[in-house]
Amino acid sequence: MLRTFRIGGIHPPENKLSAGKKIEVLATPKQVIIPLGQHIGAPAVAVVKKGDLVKVGTLLAKAGGFVSANIHSSVSGKVNKIDNALDASGYRRPAIYIDVEGDEWEASIDRTDTLVKECNLSSKEIIDKIAAAGIVGLGGATFPTQVKLMPPPGNKAEIVIINAVECEPYLTSDHSLMMEKAEQILVGVTLLMKAVNVNRAVIGIENNKPDAIAKMQQLAVNYPGVEIMPLKVQYPQGGEKQLIDAVIRRQVKSGALPISAGAVVQNVGTAYAVYEAVQKNKPLFERVVTVTGKALANPSNFLVRMGTPISCLIDAAGGLPENTGKIIGGGPMMGKALISAEVPVCKGSSGVLLLTKEESVRKPMRDCIRCAKCVGACPMGLNPTLLMSCTEFKNWELAEENHITDCIECGSCSFTCPANRPLLDQIRLGKGKVMGIIRARKS
Amino acid sequence: MILIAVISLGAIGAIGALLLYAASKKFEVYEDPRIAQVQAVLPGANCGGCGYPGCAGFAGACVKADSLDGMLCPVGGGPVMAKVATILGKEAGAAEPMVAVVRCNGTCQARPRTNQYDGTKSCAIASTLYGGETNCTFGCLGYGDCVKACNFGAIRINPETGIAEVDEEKCTSCGACVKACPKSIIELRKKGPKSRRIFVSCVNKDKGAVARKACSNACIGCGKCEKECPFGAVAVTNNVAYIDYTKCRMCRKCVAVCPTGAIHELNFPPRKEAAPAAPKAAAVKPAAPAAPKAAPKAEAIVEPKVSIQSPASAPTKE
Repeated sequence: MLRTFRIGGIHPPENKLSAGKKIEVLATPKQVIIPLGQHIGAPAVAVVKKGDLVKVGTLLAKAGGFVSANIHSSVSGKVNKIDNALDASGYRRPAIYIDVEGDEWEASIDRTDTLVKECNLSSKEIIDKIAAAGIVGLGGATFPTQVKLMPPPGNKAEIVIINAVECEPYLTSDHSLMMEKAEQILVGVTLLMKAVNVNRAVIGIENNKPDAIAKMQQLAVNYPGVEIMPLKVQYPQGGEKQLIDAVIRRQVKSGALPISAGAVVQNVGTAYAVYEAVQKNKPLFERVVTVTGKALANPSNFLVRMGTPISCLIDAAGGLPENTGKIIGGGPMMGKALISAEVPVCKGSSGVLLLTKEESVRKPMRDCIRCAKCVGACPMGLNPTLLMSCTEFKNWELAEENHITDCIECGSCSFTCPANRPLLDQIRLGKGKVMGIIRARKS
Repeated sequence: MILIAVISLGAIGAIGALLLYAASKKFEVYEDPRIAQVQAVLPGANCGGCGYPGCAGFAGACVKADSLDGMLCPVGGGPVMAKVATILGKEAGAAEPMVAVVRCNGTCQARPRTNQYDGTKSCAIASTLYGGETNCTFGCLGYGDCVKACNFGAIRINPETGIAEVDEEKCTSCGACVKACPKSIIELRKKGPKSRRIFVSCVNKDKGAVARKACSNACIGCGKCEKECPFGAVAVTNNVAYIDYTKCRMCRKCVAVCPTGAIHELNFPPRKEAAPAAPKAAAVKPAAPAAPKAAPKAEAIVEPKVSIQSPASAPTKE
């Protein structure tokens, strides 16, 4: 009997159109736009200025605080300007524009394909290298990885859980990475185990990727302590708390960090980035992005340099289909529609989804019939319809009592609602308000 | 038979009345009668604009307070505060009448749409998702959160411009709309003599070229008004001008020099002498043709017209 998380969950159509496609390396564009805020936390502070020459892997911006990450150049060339640019947030924010000239890499980066297994670094040195490389959670949350690897005092990590679930429909970037870089990922996992001083790691993979499970299981025997755990398909299994529940059957308390359950959860893409950073000295400046959509000629997985406009990816996948209604950055459940195809690929971009006009239409909202489907679907055990009303009527006390801040914004409630009520829209708004109230109270 | 019923019920009633009388005497809570008097002269809208929970709360606070300085019922304004002062025998604090001002003039014509929002029609929700349907990420979204917040029906979305409009007759400057606007476009400003006021009707902090491209009525932060102002009332910060209404003396020189017509003047009589003296005074009225309009280029951008969608709007649901 395969495991999965125990509360709520839904089964959206999988639509993994680009599954089994090889990772193609996308050509570098003429100009890249690298936003300074690509992660959760403080934006990075630029250390280059207009006219500076940079190489691939040159540090462009330093972490702007404890929860922040370094940003490196993904191309070689000249800094054109530092100006506001439209990013995936839908707002104009500071970014570094670089005109591409040639493809010269920093000399310290090991560009060979040889697998380096041995690592004599201490835990501290590994974490420092990860921080220097600007690695953030590549599953989409973009939380700086080094912060997660340094548990607050009083907490002890017991297990590393690798999130290879890829529960978002359509996306296949993690899947393709596992098929092609399995060995590197496993080395990355051992590095993460070493960084947090544990001797057990579990890689959770949903059962809809049997080829990846077989491949990883076959290779994992050479890596003591690493276990592959196939999981029953259910959205949102890729949520940190859901994955912990699925793998080690522990619930993270409301408001607590996952480390309180003894688990450090990292994305499989992050594990690969850790391998490259620690063993190959390669900072995080490229990632695998799925470009997909039912009307798209050629759904693909691309290895993309950060800062490449999304239009380049769409062109490489066969061009923008005529009846495109929406371009979604990310997957269909948690992704966000973009207002321009010139938005650059960032550390958190896992996919680009093109929806046709018919698919992208919102159905008209009707009254709540109290069917409680959303209550059954919520993986955090919340009452979405109550939280939506709390927000509508601005009853922040009631919203807080009902744990609105625990919402992981997975969208299961909106998906499941037969009356098409915009539950998540309202809850997200209320969550922000309540969090602001809590912060004000603390200070 | 009937007599027994009348007597017994009458007796029960009398005993009950005695008990109630005794209880009301024993447990009486003294309330300053002036609170009720003050409450009677207050408008009773319970809007909370004064900062207290409703009119009763404000009345209580007025009675308790040592002086009425800083206490203002924004709905009733000066006259009501004068009445309150006479009831309480205190000096009413001098209060300037204020009015809500919408600082956006990006009309549908001036600010072409570049995408279409099909999410929940709420400014607060839309602004958590992205900057808005036009390339200006600072301007009025037009979904009417301020309209819903207003208890006095003083604000509406003009269907022609797509922007919120304040009815200054009805506006009580309670500030509910200011709190409701997620873009911080609405501001309470001094109503001014004869309701005359001058303000910069734009909050776009983008650089001039970007702001102009997004909206032909945008403040481009050129600083002409700042230089022109003889009283130092105008300041350009973050690429947008702001007029300090405490310093402004209503000379209207800034209005005349503004190249985009972003500075608005309200309720002034039409200019007499200015027309022959300065031909540029043509660009004076709010909806004035903005000087060489940045042709609505945005329309022609090759990028696909992509509409915004919030996550999980169930697109994959069959």
